[in-house]
Amino acid sequence: MQPQPLITVTDLTMAYGSFVLQRDLTFTIRQGDIFVIMGDSGCGKSTLLRHMIGLKEPAAGTIHFRDTNFWEASEKHRNQIMRRCGILYQSSALLSSMTLAENVSLPLRQHTTLAQDEIADLVSLKLRLVGLAGFDHFYPSEISGGMKKRAGLARAIALDPEILFFDEPSAGLDPISAKLLDDLILEIRDSLGATVVIVTHELASIFAIGNDSVFLDAESRTMIAQGDPHSLLESTRNPKVKQFLTRGGSEQGPALTPGPAVKKRDKDTHIS
Amino acid sequence: MESDKIQERADNLRAEGTVEAEKKGTDLHLSFKGQWTIHSVFPSFIEIKSFFTDKTDSISFNTEELQAWDSRFLIILNDIKEFANLNNILFVAEELPSGAQRLLALASASPGKAPFKPEERDQSFLATVGDKTSYLIQDCSEFLLFTGTITLSYLRLFSGKAQFLKSDFFGFLEECGPAALPIVSLISVLVGIILAFVGAVQLQLFGAEIYIANLVGLGMTREMGAMMAAIIMAGRTGAAFAAQLGTMQVNEEIDALQTMGIDPVDFLVLPRMSALLLMMPLLALWADLLGIGGGFLIAWFTLDISMTEYYNQTIGAVTLRHFGVGLFKAIIFGYLVAFSGCLRGIQCGRSASAVGAAATSAVVTAIVLIVVSDAVMTIIFNILGI
Repeated sequence: MQPQPLITVTDLTMAYGSFVLQRDLTFTIRQGDIFVIMGDSGCGKSTLLRHMIGLKEPAAGTIHFRDTNFWEASEKHRNQIMRRCGILYQSSALLSSMTLAENVSLPLRQHTTLAQDEIADLVSLKLRLVGLAGFDHFYPSEISGGMKKRAGLARAIALDPEILFFDEPSAGLDPISAKLLDDLILEIRDSLGATVVIVTHELASIFAIGNDSVFLDAESRTMIAQGDPHSLLESTRNPKVKQFLTRGGSEQGPALTPGPAVKKRDKDTHIS
Repeated sequence: MESDKIQERADNLRAEGTVEAEKKGTDLHLSFKGQWTIHSVFPSFIEIKSFFTDKTDSISFNTEELQAWDSRFLIILNDIKEFANLNNILFVAEELPSGAQRLLALASASPGKAPFKPEERDQSFLATVGDKTSYLIQDCSEFLLFTGTITLSYLRLFSGKAQFLKSDFFGFLEECGPAALPIVSLISVLVGIILAFVGAVQLQLFGAEIYIANLVGLGMTREMGAMMAAIIMAGRTGAAFAAQLGTMQVNEEIDALQTMGIDPVDFLVLPRMSALLLMMPLLALWADLLGIGGGFLIAWFTLDISMTEYYNQTIGAVTLRHFGVGLFKAIIFGYLVAFSGCLRGIQCGRSASAVGAAATSAVVTAIVLIVVSDAVMTIIFNILGI
């Protein structure tokens, strides 16, 4: 049985004023997918994400969350949908004047009626889940980039979201940290049962965790491929996609990663 | 929003989670039922703990009737697990939902090896005074250091070695000069009016109304013109300089300049400071004239002094020397405003709140320095009889 469609994007056109960034985007993200949005720099990957998380209104076309037309719903309804989403921003976007614990507790304080000590328990659990136990009272400026990413992840999963959006999660991380972050994303997806939408051009990540994808092209300003990245690599006729997925033909694609298997997270390893 | 929350709470109060305990020999079997989520009501760990007896040596679960769970359920499980570990009770996780099992493992994968972080304690009064003093001393030495850096930078400029973009410089000229004119005009006319008003009331007592022109003329040219223009520029341009340089610090742009072999002080501070140094005397002059004009308005309306009278009186009282004093001060103030703005910008930390603090600190530093230096200069000029 096919999993249910969760997000349906139909004929989406994205534009800044009269400048059209992408047109005619149509794809479906199914429940439990790890959906990769890929493409070269400047093609509008992050903008597409901004459309899905309610930061930018489409110039034309629709985005449906299950049966709800996201941009035609009332603002209150949109906020309700957004509450079921967790977002990890490219630069982590932790509020710099607040400690990690305060950052993670922000959505909990805003959207639940839990008591202070229960929120504190939840916050410390989330920080432990991402391997940041004991860093509760640190400020974002006092920790490394990789740790900020994980703190951002802890904030994204604060409300146990159904859908997790990631904007370039491994940008600026070393390969090992990036790999461990990928594993963490998989682990959290599997245990929370969340759907993951991820913007990346990190080939290793695309093949390690993605099971569906869409490829945006900057030149023709539309999507030129979609589907499981592994089968795309084998079957695509489009030279651009082929080139992207093989790093300009210099690499053999999945050969550089051990396949799409979900790795059991090594308990003794910490990302640092 | 608030009513939403209340409504939500009312809806959620209906959702409930329960737990039943069954003791089979030494095994404690907990059956979780219903909803164990952020939005539901369920027993606390303390209540669950009461099911344990001295004889309990293993704990197992049944979650067949568990309808929904989230992180809050995990906290209970984690508490049970930690309690079990502490009391050598076997924790059998097998019957738990598989997601919960994995998250539990993940949560305990990184034991709390809290890194050292110095606690922020309440300090005694004396310690605070000491801290502030040593901070002040350090600040003063940084002032001197930056003054030296700027001097070296200007020496390089005059020997043709320093480089910055001409377009940058002209942009700042525009920003510090013409763009500031409207606000400087408004404030200086009003200051002239205020001076004239205050003076008019007193001078009328002696029948010496005509001296209002002396008061306003001298007050504006020697003191208020330069000072008001400087304070406006501190709030307008000094803060902008600090925010610009601070943001560049956050974005590592200043590091980039340095590694490209471009001196950040040459490249960033020189054009800003030069523009303000050039424009401040002009602004002060403009403020002087408009202030005198404002004073005339009051003299004309309330004291019936004609324009010719006022003009002659002003010309007689205000000589070029007085303008000179004001313009000299304006140059000094311009330096202080640019100095504070650039210094605080360069000192800025690497976060959003640091940029805000830098801008605030630039304005405060500039205004303090302006008023202090004005007092010193006024005393010196008085002694020298200028």
